[in-house]
Amino acid sequence: MKLDPKIRDQVLGTVPSLRAFAISLCGNIDRADDLVQETLLRALSHIDSFEPGTNMPAWLFTILRNLFRSEYRKRRREVEDADGHYAETLKSHPEQTGRVEFEEFRTALAKLPTDQREALILVGASGFSYEDAAAICGCAVGTIKSRVNRARTRLAHLLAIDSVDDFGPDRATRAVLAGGRN
Amino acid sequence: MGERGKNEDMKSRRTSVEPMQTDKPDPDKPETHDSMGRPMSPHKPEARLGREVQARIGQQLRALYDEFVNQGVPQHINDLVRRLSEQD
Repeated sequence: MKLDPKIRDQVLGTVPSLRAFAISLCGNIDRADDLVQETLLRALSHIDSFEPGTNMPAWLFTILRNLFRSEYRKRRREVEDADGHYAETLKSHPEQTGRVEFEEFRTALAKLPTDQREALILVGASGFSYEDAAAICGCAVGTIKSRVNRARTRLAHLLAIDSVDDFGPDRATRAVLAGGRN
Repeated sequence: MGERGKNEDMKSRRTSVEPMQTDKPDPDKPETHDSMGRPMSPHKPEARLGREVQARIGQQLRALYDEFVNQGVPQHINDLVRRLSEQD
């Protein structure tokens, strides 16, 4: 059967953010595009399980997140240090994943454990509520809150931000602050 | 980071049959050591994160994300959606 154009437009409207989520998660544009394609293939072939009127972005993000996690588990068996591998992927393709000014932040984001990274992105960038993010990740709302808090704390440490004054362009100062931390 | 990643991986393999009896740290408990293995201060670290710091982190995260959103979607992905939508 042909898809209701309204539903189709909801899907098309979600794709840019879905793709941004995929790139932020896996740090590689080609892999992200594969993930998005696979997600859309699955979603549209199971469109009957989507209830019209419910949250289309949350539905698509859930599918992509689960695909990413199963792929990640597979890769984790293949690559010993999956997070280190991710960081290397980001470093070797800076031109793919954003402008130079974001490099430091991107590198720090890559160092977060996957569950913290996905929680932070869903709540802090994709604009989902804690409740929606919990549903997408299949965990409790409190777990999402805890992961987001820990992700922020970790990022602040990695970026050596103790106060807003430390967040200036002065890398040397920040390096000293980072080195002097107990 | 690398060392710890390896250890966790080995542990999860070793205890995969009985996941409840593992000494693996609870991933949702606050960490007591930083990435260099140094003990962190005993009070909750998130309590020390000021609103300004959180705001700056949020700003950077959204800026990065928006950069990806604004890249636009490859034509073949939108074509895929349209093609699948038309299928009988």
